[in-house]
Amino acid sequence: MKNVKVLGSGCANCETTAKLIADIADAKGIQIELEKVTDMAAILGYGVMTTPGVVIDGKVVHAGGVPDRDKVAGWLAPAAGGGGCCGGCC
Amino acid sequence: MLDALSAWLTFDLMGLTPGTHLGEAVWFFLYDVPKVLLLLVSVVFLMGVVHSYISPERTRAWLANKPLGLGNVMAAGLGIVTPFCSCSAVPLFIGFLSAGVPLGVTFSFLISAPMVNEVALALLFGLFGWKVAALYLGLGLAVAIVAGLVIGRLGMEHHLEDWVRKIQMGAAPDLGNGTPTWRDRFRSGTAHVKEIVGRVWPWLIAGIAIGAGIHGYVPQDLMAGIMGKEQWWAVPAAVLLGVPMYSNAAGILPVIQALLGKGAALGTVLAFMMSVIALSAPEMVILRKVLKPTLIAVFAGVVAAGIMLVGFVFNAVL
Repeated sequence: MKNVKVLGSGCANCETTAKLIADIADAKGIQIELEKVTDMAAILGYGVMTTPGVVIDGKVVHAGGVPDRDKVAGWLAPAAGGGGCCGGCC
Repeated sequence: MLDALSAWLTFDLMGLTPGTHLGEAVWFFLYDVPKVLLLLVSVVFLMGVVHSYISPERTRAWLANKPLGLGNVMAAGLGIVTPFCSCSAVPLFIGFLSAGVPLGVTFSFLISAPMVNEVALALLFGLFGWKVAALYLGLGLAVAIVAGLVIGRLGMEHHLEDWVRKIQMGAAPDLGNGTPTWRDRFRSGTAHVKEIVGRVWPWLIAGIAIGAGIHGYVPQDLMAGIMGKEQWWAVPAAVLLGVPMYSNAAGILPVIQALLGKGAALGTVLAFMMSVIALSAPEMVILRKVLKPTLIAVFAGVVAAGIMLVGFVFNAVL
């Protein structure tokens, strides 16, 4: 199961982002663990200075603004093989 | 062309009489809405395209370790074109400082970014003409540069909250976006239009409607007594009045334009507008998380002084 963190101090865009990710995961039937990170020190620890930011399995994939639907779907798509990325394998 | 079209719609199609209250108000509304919307969409689209060239991370790298002076000028300019939403003000502030951007330079950025924004400029251009828009741009930049310089000179680094200075900023993540193509840039433009125009249009329409009402119904020179040039206290009062208000340029500018037509002085209303945008109480509350009260007070004081100066200069010159 993927761990998704939405970084943001609770502004409207951050809420929208979290909801968007939850909706898309729901629609695709993908189980995710969604967390909201509002602690400023933690957010900055990820090197993110524009919120909302998105972290998937510990890696920052997005910062600043609500992401596109396509992008979100891409992040959530199950990684092929043994958890690596980009593999074209079954 | 819009002029003729709105006149035709109002006086021929709807059969209203020119010179009547209702006729003037409706004509004003039908003329202003398409004109201002068109301008707003074009400017916001262009700004979206520009955004695809500049990210906050890039701006930060440009500003890191720049001396006061040059750094402030660059920061104020970059504040206009760097994409960031006001809810990111705190992480951005800390991110800049931790990368070695001087405090005064960071402030120039934070003051210019909301005050000299594209919506305000597009509306000023549409409602008042390019001269007023250019003056606003120049004076807004000047306030941001000078206020940042003053704060930098005062050496107030120890007035940051303690946790801010202790913070460990992670390395900037590589988002692997690569160089955007023109397609991406245009998409950035359309996305920006959707976001900004999608958010402000109801305010804009409401503002123009109120403005149209004032234009048609409020007697000439009513505002001259309250907001005219003769009252020296009008500028400071306008700045004070602006602080607790948190509005966007879209709703407030059309009203201002109508008030101007009734004898209010341009400097006074511009000072009011800058104060509403740059010195909002909610923003103070956000900044209070990172700044100790003394620094907040200095920030508010310096910016307010700058805005008042702009108001007085405008009233004196025009």
